Amino acid sequence: MTVESVFAQLEPLLPRVSKPVQYVGGELNATLKPWEETNVRWALMYPDAYEVGLPNQGIMILYEVLNEVPDVLAERTYAVWPDLAALMRENGVPQFTVDAHRPVKAFDVLGVSFASELGYTNLLAALDLAGIPIHAKDRTIDDPIVLAGGHAAFNPEPIADFLDAAVLGDGEEAVLEITDIIRDWKAEGCPGGRDEILTRLAETGGVYVPRFYDVTFRDSDGQIDSVSPNRERIPDRVFKRTTMDLDAWPYPKQPLVPLAETVHERASVEIFRGCTRGCRFCQAGMITRPVRERSIEGIGAMIQTSLEASGYEEVGLLSLSSADHSEIGELAKGLADRYEGTNTGLSLPSTRVDAFNIDLANELSRNGRRSGLTFAPEGGSARLRKVINKQVSEEDLIRTVSASFEAGWRQVKLYFMCGLPTETDDDVLQIAYMAHNVIREGRKASGRKDVRCTISIGGFVPKPHTPFQWAAQCDPETIDERLRKLRAEVNSDKSLGRNIGMRYHDGKPSLIEGLLSRGDRRIGRVIERVWREGGLFDGWSEHFSYQRWIDACVAELEPQGVNVSWYTTREREEHEILPWDHLDSGLEKEWLWADWLDALDEQEQDDCRWTPCFDCGVCPAMNTDIQVGPTNGKVLIPITPVTPGTPVTNPALT
Amino acid sequence: MQKIRLRYTKRGRLRFASHRDVARAFERALRRAGVPMAYSQGFNPKPKVSWVGATPTGVASEAEYVEISVVRELPTELLRQELNNALPPGLDVLEAVGVPVGAGGGSLPDRIEAGEWRIEVPGVTEDQLAVAVEKLLAADRVEVERLTKDGKRTIDARAAVVSAAVTRTSEKQDCLAAQDAQPATQRHECPGLAGPYGILTVVVRQTSPAVRPDDVLNALCAVASLELPAPARATRLAQGRLDESSGKAGFGGLVDPLAADRVTASPIGQGSEPENGAGCDTSS
Repeated sequence: MTVESVFAQLEPLLPRVSKPVQYVGGELNATLKPWEETNVRWALMYPDAYEVGLPNQGIMILYEVLNEVPDVLAERTYAVWPDLAALMRENGVPQFTVDAHRPVKAFDVLGVSFASELGYTNLLAALDLAGIPIHAKDRTIDDPIVLAGGHAAFNPEPIADFLDAAVLGDGEEAVLEITDIIRDWKAEGCPGGRDEILTRLAETGGVYVPRFYDVTFRDSDGQIDSVSPNRERIPDRVFKRTTMDLDAWPYPKQPLVPLAETVHERASVEIFRGCTRGCRFCQAGMITRPVRERSIEGIGAMIQTSLEASGYEEVGLLSLSSADHSEIGELAKGLADRYEGTNTGLSLPSTRVDAFNIDLANELSRNGRRSGLTFAPEGGSARLRKVINKQVSEEDLIRTVSASFEAGWRQVKLYFMCGLPTETDDDVLQIAYMAHNVIREGRKASGRKDVRCTISIGGFVPKPHTPFQWAAQCDPETIDERLRKLRAEVNSDKSLGRNIGMRYHDGKPSLIEGLLSRGDRRIGRVIERVWREGGLFDGWSEHFSYQRWIDACVAELEPQGVNVSWYTTREREEHEILPWDHLDSGLEKEWLWADWLDALDEQEQDDCRWTPCFDCGVCPAMNTDIQVGPTNGKVLIPITPVTPGTPVTNPALT
Repeated sequence: MQKIRLRYTKRGRLRFASHRDVARAFERALRRAGVPMAYSQGFNPKPKVSWVGATPTGVASEAEYVEISVVRELPTELLRQELNNALPPGLDVLEAVGVPVGAGGGSLPDRIEAGEWRIEVPGVTEDQLAVAVEKLLAADRVEVERLTKDGKRTIDARAAVVSAAVTRTSEKQDCLAAQDAQPATQRHECPGLAGPYGILTVVVRQTSPAVRPDDVLNALCAVASLELPAPARATRLAQGRLDESSGKAGFGGLVDPLAADRVTASPIGQGSEPENGAGCDTSS
């Protein structure tokens, strides 16, 4: 059987939509394979717009890992904007992949990567546009296995009705194992149909199949009564996957470079995975443990390959806290030396104040633009920073900022959260004083008046598998009121306030994100209703409708005896069964609870990368260990000869 | 330092790229190909690349021009090949010409005064199109509305039109034959000869605001009350100064902007002879 491209039907629609280039594919380093020469076929979806989804590293890595297997095909698909979606419906064009424009329904697996919960309505839209039944129970042998991954997959319960399966944790090895299971099952003639393939996946213990678990709720308080497998061969708990040796998985080797403009116009190289700083609000830091560093040589090789394959002018050194790499100083210097004169910029997208120093910043900006510096104190007051375990002092921050202004920077960005547990108005107002101090000290250090500080504030959303999973989420009214007071305080001193920018959103989208983050299976009906009533692209303020979500909650949750505040602003009880308790991130629930109590007690917790193990439980549970340098004095090898203005030397042109 | 002028295409699916998309892809290709670019000075150095009047998003082209500066003299044909290896298919450099030091003939923008467009109009017969063209040329002024980012704006689409003519069926057969020779990734869906299918060639002077193929089509629709059942497809075939000596502009009525450099350039700097644009928009 072969599968035809839908491009001929799609093309006449493209002149009628905005930014048509996002639908035509043709990215540099994309892979096209003949359909009939492959045995297992994956459609990989990022459930947001192309401009956001294309640079996603997870999709890029899995795309390449899968396509390297000769008999496996992987293509990509993204959320279609409403203008094209309407035309596609009108003209009978199904959800397609951008690589070969094949219909998504024809693939064996539709793998969807959820970085955030706000992509759930886009999942339903894509399934429907693909002609795949949105409810897993209605799917047949002709439909793909709809498989979720990404951080939101650590609690897939709100979309349990729509998923066939979910994988927790790192995907590199998991997708290959799943591929092997599907290949064998297809070769045997698909015995037992859909149930059998899902059972084979589930019995590995590393793939969660929601329909094989029964969840019951108590009428008395709405809490979960029990979660249990409903058939044989299904394990009680599903464990997360951890890829240990990052140097053995140097992906992406050939980054996808789009024609369309996207949110990250740079090559990205992941310098380590995991983070043990222990910021209590940070789900990523909790669920990706332990820390696994890539070696300095591995990083250097990946950067050169990426630059040669992409032509990008900037390399981002990715991780959850890049300045924490044990050899970041050597790495930055080595890279700056190597790319001297090649107009290649280096950036650390996320840095901590205390791990940062000006030498590092100078190395990073030696060959490229000196953009603004970004720090994330997260909490305005010292007290609150103890609660969230963000061990940064205002003195550290001011010292770093002063040094940056002295070294020629003119702008800093500071990230904060609002609505954190135990937070008061005063904690938030401290943000204003901190920003005032930054401007004051910045003017002193630089001898100029025009220094700038931008404070960017996000609403705190309690997430599963964190010590704050029990916390009451702050209601939007309180957040909006605190932000209003903060703005007034920032501007109370006009001479300082005019150099301070403030960026924030109102608290409403955060509340819905909170509902979806810690929701259970009863939330599925809410998501479906919101989608049926036109909800899409919920991460985009121009598409998000708070009222639509609230109305859907009233209609769907109240008959089930619960409501929005039950899921969001209610503090959980110690022994309450949480919807994700059967999904194992390795963290001991007892340790999380103890850390939650420490938070309320304003007690800090050190980083096990530098101090002894504090028994979060991950390493023994997952049979893993931290992997931190040094790589024994190995250094980056310079490239010679250097071609001015480019990191690539082309022998033909020398 | 050497200046090199390039003629390149924007074919097939690449026509959906905006000028910014093309510029980014081009600059990345220069880096990937290891071209020793000259950079601007200052805090934020940029490679020296000068763009000349871009085609709108959705419009294909056989004749786009750009000038780059490199820090040392390069064999231009080799540069053309290396650059094509690094560019996405559809962005194809047809010719690279080194600009001799002290060469006359004016800057590249000075050499471009008008563009020749082919506009394919599926669902409209040749005769319908011919009537509309006649009416357009007979009018002094035809106002059309265009949506800009500042709202609607009215422009005269007639004054900039130097010539317009309908292509007859026999030429279209050639167009379809040329299509079949294309690799699938560059071929666009050819509407075939089953339904009515008008093709128009227009020469439009560069004005401010620019009159685009869409504006010409809207003008045709306005003067002849035409309705377009399907989206039209436009391709820029050539750009250059209007050839005053030929008296009447039309095919051959534009002076190749690289001609002046080609005469004086060294023979090794010679690219392959570019197409004259007589084929379908995706032909190479």
